[in-house]
Amino acid sequence: MTTSEQIVFSKESLEVVQKMMLRYPEGKHKSALIPVLHIAQAEFGGWLSAPVMDYVASILMIQPIEVYEVASFYSMFNLKPVGKCLIEVCRTSSCWLCGAEDIIDHIEKKLNITVGETTADGMFTLKAVECLGSCGTAPMMQVGADYHESLTINKVDALLEKFKSEDKQSRYC
Amino acid sequence: MSKKLLLKNDHIPNIHQLAVYRAHGGYAVLENTLKNSNPDHVLEEVKKSGLRGRGGAGFPTGLKWSFLARPEGVSRYLVCNADESEPGTFKDRYLMERIPHLLIEGMILSSFALGAKTSYIYIRGEYFYVARILEAAIAEAYAAGLLGKNILGSGFDHDCYVQVGAGAYICGEETALLESLEGKRGNPRIKPPFPAVAGLYGCPTVVNNVETIAAVVLILELGGDEYAKIGIGKSTGTKLISASGHINNPGVYEIELGVPVEEFIYSEQYCGGIRGGRKLKAVVAGGSSVPILPAELILKTANGEPRLMSYESLGDGGFATGTMLGSGGFIVMDEDTSIVKNLYTFARFYHHESCGQCSPCREGTGWMEKILHKILEGHGTMQDIDLLWDIQSKIEGKTICPLGEAAAWPVAAAIRHFRSEFESYVQNPENIKDIKHYYRLQN
Repeated sequence: MTTSEQIVFSKESLEVVQKMMLRYPEGKHKSALIPVLHIAQAEFGGWLSAPVMDYVASILMIQPIEVYEVASFYSMFNLKPVGKCLIEVCRTSSCWLCGAEDIIDHIEKKLNITVGETTADGMFTLKAVECLGSCGTAPMMQVGADYHESLTINKVDALLEKFKSEDKQSRYC
Repeated sequence: MSKKLLLKNDHIPNIHQLAVYRAHGGYAVLENTLKNSNPDHVLEEVKKSGLRGRGGAGFPTGLKWSFLARPEGVSRYLVCNADESEPGTFKDRYLMERIPHLLIEGMILSSFALGAKTSYIYIRGEYFYVARILEAAIAEAYAAGLLGKNILGSGFDHDCYVQVGAGAYICGEETALLESLEGKRGNPRIKPPFPAVAGLYGCPTVVNNVETIAAVVLILELGGDEYAKIGIGKSTGTKLISASGHINNPGVYEIELGVPVEEFIYSEQYCGGIRGGRKLKAVVAGGSSVPILPAELILKTANGEPRLMSYESLGDGGFATGTMLGSGGFIVMDEDTSIVKNLYTFARFYHHESCGQCSPCREGTGWMEKILHKILEGHGTMQDIDLLWDIQSKIEGKTICPLGEAAAWPVAAAIRHFRSEFESYVQNPENIKDIKHYYRLQN
């Protein structure tokens, strides 16, 4: 169990955040909230706990509720723990037309979970997501910052093996 | 006819690097403009060019710029809408990834015209890796004196920053984008006031799409009058089209506006025809929110004229028999495609993306998704089809922002043109499994 005392950005992240706040006019540093939440999510295990959000509020000198209401609005912020490797498969029109459901079915069977679930070992979470702007290279999935495009079953198998052996926390930034 | 302006250099290795971009004429327009021109002249050229917003709405860019309020002592902002999220659209991603400096040059030029000392490129969070490419390009531009104080000795100061979102289609709506950029939920604002008067931080703001801002560079290079000669009628210039679905050559194509739709679909230069030699069933021509058209109406207008890739020709016949150019997200479906299932993916999308402020959209999008799911599960009734029609008609025009229309139009068009398919799902649910409503992966 983490307590708020233990939640502190690394020196590097703190520098990035402080520099980021200078991008906005005086008094408008709340604009940094979304970018800072991304950094927080990447640094504190891939999701935003209440203590982490409170910490972000303290850094930006805003009320915790201002952080909660934003974190809960945007789909890239996880408000519950996720697996180390978060797999997001696009399922909207063009991806569906090109076989996204087969990709999702295959991953579900392979990992023995359904969409929205995490494997028992905490390694993988599978999410079905809406259009990621990769329609010309459908079907596709995003893992962390990486787009994996023009997927086939074989490609997915190879990727799952790779993620497993790398054993890394996926992160957008 | 192929006409490359924006993408004329996209094939050049390392064109994303400043040195390579400059070696191919990059930033020459900026240098020339800052040295020999003035903001009013830039605005005039953009007006003359007839450029229309490339994000989807097609509003004349010069006119939008001319609305910008200019009170003394108040900051003005340019915000680039790089929140590309309309299903079927991936052209801005391509442009930013390949030629980031074209966008940055356009940002500086447009900011010069608008008198904006600061600009932000708001990019969807999922495009994080593209944001990194833009940030690297911006750093190069600062180091070369193309951004910052006294750009190229002109006395013009400008700072440009990249801001990432976090997964919300609604932030492509310009006032929602501004809310998000201010660190809030992406709830669209009631207009008026328009951003041109009270936008970012309550200051006068212009919000333009990536492709629109990039086109400004080409307009100033050619001159507004010359740019206006490209294209057809009021559809001037070129447009990036994101082509996807059941075609042989999916990808981003720059077309001169006015190319026949048939040529675009079947020419080897573009989509290269339908995959596997199948027949064309339907096309969503401008991103998920525009009306779907069956093959006969996308290839020819109701009057039998060849349909062209232009704002006017795609719109010919209104929504009864026409559609819209929209964002240029061109989704092609072959003869085996289930229109009902495709619509379901759209309905699920809009339900997921509704911000929840307006009841007709918040509730209606969910109802439409549920009813379509019910029909696809084989439990639909004929009344359900009428109910879908009724719901969409009661969302349209009754919401703060156009997400309501975006969710309603695809439903209306699918029923208008493919009602018999809905009816067959209702009348013969046992056949739904046989209908290829489940498009298989090609390996």
